[in-house]
Amino acid sequence: MRANPTADPPAEVRSIPLPAERRLRDSVSVAIAGSGGAGVMTAGTMLLDAAARAGLYGLMVRTSGPQIRGGEAAALLRLSHRPVQALDDHFDLLLAMDWQNVHRFADEIPLRADSLVLGDSGEGDAPEAFTRGGARQVALPLKKMAKAIAGSWGNMLALGLSGGLAGIPLAALEDALRAAWKRSAESLAANLQALRKAYEESATLGDAIALAPGPDSATLAQGRWQISGNEAAGLGAIRGGVRFVAAYPITPATELLEWMAPALARVGGSLLQAEDELASVNMIIGASYGGVPSLTATSGPGLALMTEALGLAVTAEVPIVVVDVMRGGPSTGIPAKSEQSDLSFAVSGLHGDAPRLVLAPTSIADCVATTQWAVHLAEALQTAAIVLSDQWMGQSRAIIDRPADAGCVAARLTAAAHSPDYKRYRDTASGISPMAIPGTPGIVYTADGLEHTEAGIPSSQARDHRLQLDKRERKLLQYDYGAAWADVEGDGDVAVITFGSVSGSVREALARLASQGVAVRLVVLRLLAPALPARMDQALAGVRRVLVIEQNHGAQLYRYLRSMYDLPGRPASFHRPGPLPLRPAELATAIIDWQRAEQPVAEAA
Amino acid sequence: MNDLSSPPVALTAANYKSDYKPIWCPGCGDFTVLGAITKALAMLQLPPHEVAVVSGIGCSSRIPAYTTCYGFHGVHGRALAAGTGLKVSRPDLTVLVTGGDGDGYSIGGNHFIHACRRNVDLTYIVMDNHVYGMTKGQASPTTEPDWDNKLSPGGTGVRSFHPLVIALAAGANFVARAFSGDPNGTAEVIAQGMRHPGFSFIEILSPCVTFRPEQRDWKQHVHPSPVAPTDDPARAARRIMTDDGFNLGVLYAGSRAPYAAKSAPAMRSVADLEAEFAL
Amino acid sequence: MNAADTKLQAFMAQALAMELDAVQRYTEFADAMDMHNNREIAAMFRTMAGYEGKHVEQIQAEMGWTEPPPAPPGGWDWAGFEPPETVPSDEVHYLMQPWHALQLALAAEQRAEAFFGRLAAATSDESVRRAALELQAEEQEHVQLVQAWIAKVPPPDPEWSDDPDPPRYTD
Repeated sequence: MRANPTADPPAEVRSIPLPAERRLRDSVSVAIAGSGGAGVMTAGTMLLDAAARAGLYGLMVRTSGPQIRGGEAAALLRLSHRPVQALDDHFDLLLAMDWQNVHRFADEIPLRADSLVLGDSGEGDAPEAFTRGGARQVALPLKKMAKAIAGSWGNMLALGLSGGLAGIPLAALEDALRAAWKRSAESLAANLQALRKAYEESATLGDAIALAPGPDSATLAQGRWQISGNEAAGLGAIRGGVRFVAAYPITPATELLEWMAPALARVGGSLLQAEDELASVNMIIGASYGGVPSLTATSGPGLALMTEALGLAVTAEVPIVVVDVMRGGPSTGIPAKSEQSDLSFAVSGLHGDAPRLVLAPTSIADCVATTQWAVHLAEALQTAAIVLSDQWMGQSRAIIDRPADAGCVAARLTAAAHSPDYKRYRDTASGISPMAIPGTPGIVYTADGLEHTEAGIPSSQARDHRLQLDKRERKLLQYDYGAAWADVEGDGDVAVITFGSVSGSVREALARLASQGVAVRLVVLRLLAPALPARMDQALAGVRRVLVIEQNHGAQLYRYLRSMYDLPGRPASFHRPGPLPLRPAELATAIIDWQRAEQPVAEAA
Repeated sequence: MNDLSSPPVALTAANYKSDYKPIWCPGCGDFTVLGAITKALAMLQLPPHEVAVVSGIGCSSRIPAYTTCYGFHGVHGRALAAGTGLKVSRPDLTVLVTGGDGDGYSIGGNHFIHACRRNVDLTYIVMDNHVYGMTKGQASPTTEPDWDNKLSPGGTGVRSFHPLVIALAAGANFVARAFSGDPNGTAEVIAQGMRHPGFSFIEILSPCVTFRPEQRDWKQHVHPSPVAPTDDPARAARRIMTDDGFNLGVLYAGSRAPYAAKSAPAMRSVADLEAEFAL
Repeated sequence: MNAADTKLQAFMAQALAMELDAVQRYTEFADAMDMHNNREIAAMFRTMAGYEGKHVEQIQAEMGWTEPPPAPPGGWDWAGFEPPETVPSDEVHYLMQPWHALQLALAAEQRAEAFFGRLAAATSDESVRRAALELQAEEQEHVQLVQAWIAKVPPPDPEWSDDPDPPRYTD
């Protein structure tokens, strides 16, 4: 299979026999949409919470128009007995409070013949975009029903209907509503009433989409968390030892910074709002120079502004972590949508030869451990680490098993007071030289972005430049990153390589293929830079061909891997830019097609 | 336990000067500014390893390595950001941020405004020579609009920046002007600024002998400020907006509380943070 | 120690401070000249620093001081911004020639001489007056020494400050 040019979303997904278990519906996908104060996000959040209380796993993705308030919005949920890392190929239920501009989400809410479209009979017909697949349409007088219960909100009906249809126990829905309720007790009562009414109503609509009963019970909920990728990254940072953050807001990273503000204060750290990204990155360099593990978070445009300072951190060997919650690019791009298009920039976007760390969490849950690991690595290797998260993980919420503490914390090699003949940038076997922390007597030095001698004196000499360049590269290449550098799963003589949030859909696609006896190895990269050829060779031992899957227009990972690694056979690429997620069915199709495309002729005979 | 060591020897200015010889042109005003900084540090008797000198890019930004303090030679225009991050996370250190007029008022202009607003307890020393010296003679924000130069022949035609007015308006808690030709007066002002809580801004006229030789006549124009420093921002604003650019001394010393990072009412452990995610 | 002694101590402490400042300034010039490859002038300034250093030792020996006494609060009162014997920092030039350096030294000594003369005339304290006059006489000797040195060095080239390599190579 030749490198795939940008693959468009398939107009029709070729049907692949679903695994037997699927028919028992261990996953249900619900979209709740509406506009202008309909409260769909709140309903969706409560539905997710109810699912958690019922012992289910789940995922909620938000999508909305550009308006700050009153815009069209949709909550996209998938609930399951098993951990959910991707949205399904279609939605089982679309519940729309109204149809104003909701057609804008048609691409994000694929429906099919056995889907149910539920709308307000007073709001007209569902747009053709949602019905052309043959979905069953039902209309209820939602606004009237809400009005009939004084003081109730329409989105409570949405909650009751969608929860009932999905098979969530009423008690869990009520608990979720109570827990979230911030207004008066009277209005709570009214809304509970509306919730129950809608729940009862849902039973009359048929149970074609409900989750099969499973081992769900409230006790399963213990030991689980509900968390967004942004929050998870923030927690990982604090677990790793970050105690100073400089922040400049940018979609879709702002929530990470806002979560960290009170959290840092509670553990004795602090967050400072900066005037721009140039300030925030330089502030964290200053704080880290002072010995405090520091971090900032941004998105593509902010990372672009930070590049000069990243080079300073690399050259002066001051550890910092920058989380890039990737969004649609380039330039201002598509701020509220996800894409994996900052990879090239992250791995090579600094002037000069400036090796640095680039990591990518593989899921919402993994944002905790990978950010924590990034802090540890940045501190151990005294360099800049970029963590490539994305909008899809960052702003979505998931029900996950409580992530175990990865156990790695900031442990910077520092110099003791009055160390004899101290040289800050001394060439060592590991490339890591002890850092003098301000306040320590007898080892004073000046950190510098200018190239320097081992003592830190600015130098334009060839010998010094070569020595320091070698040192800064060697320290990254000689480090033992252990098994966490990638998740290598499954066997087979063909392999898929991917990174970040796309790995969730890839895993699901491969699970479907595995159930049909198609064996594909999976390599999900967590450490993107430095490149680790020996480990890649190990991971791909016995593999004849690889397919690189990613969410960007330029096949950035594919090109990067080809430039940094010797990949077996003729590597192929499946790539598509945002804003739409790569879905399991289309990936399964693409992988099957690719896997079959180069079967030796002898087999066909 | 009896302390049998001899009483600590008082630190002199010489203790704050490193062995590295400055590369500044002979005649550069920055030599005496360096001397003034070391004198000020000696006045305050701060252990050198508890002081950090943070700079950007430019001739005057070379200063950190010429002291025996911890130094941070960062990128162009960002010294105030680095110094802010350092001071906020290491409040135990004394932080001096230094640089020139290009570094501070042009590329660094945004950070300058917000550092004044933020009022973190640090001291910002700008060695202003009305030119970009390191890149060999372009106009800086404080250059006269009609100063002929290669990059803007005939002059920029753009009115020069008035850093003291901007600093005052943006909220700096201490605003002063000094002159490199008066190293003792400069040392005194620097020491005062360092003692004064909050953001202390000291603009030091420091002639560039190579690209602005005519600045040798600055010594004829400077004069002590005719009035005592005020703590009234409105009065200071009137004075500074109407001064001749050569008034020396402390012009404004206010009483804003310095920036303080908020700390939570109750300290918690990292594990406690997880409770909000648990179901 | 009586009041007169204190006044004398203060005066001599200021005279010492003056010499020390001159040592520092000449040393700074010497280092800067070395950095700018004007070795001849660097050596001259180092020699001058050495002479001033001897005056430092002299005063310390006379007064029985091992350390210079601290300045009074508010600092010393000089006629101008800096001690009279200190050459102002902006008067050197990386291409300067021996004649220039000696002119600077001469002016410094003359300023010092005048300073002590004024002080001698202004003071009401007899021991201070005597000390000031002594120091003035010493400065007068230095003036003569420098003048003699000047007579031995050639006058500066008319194009002494022309550098065939201007700072901007495009000029």
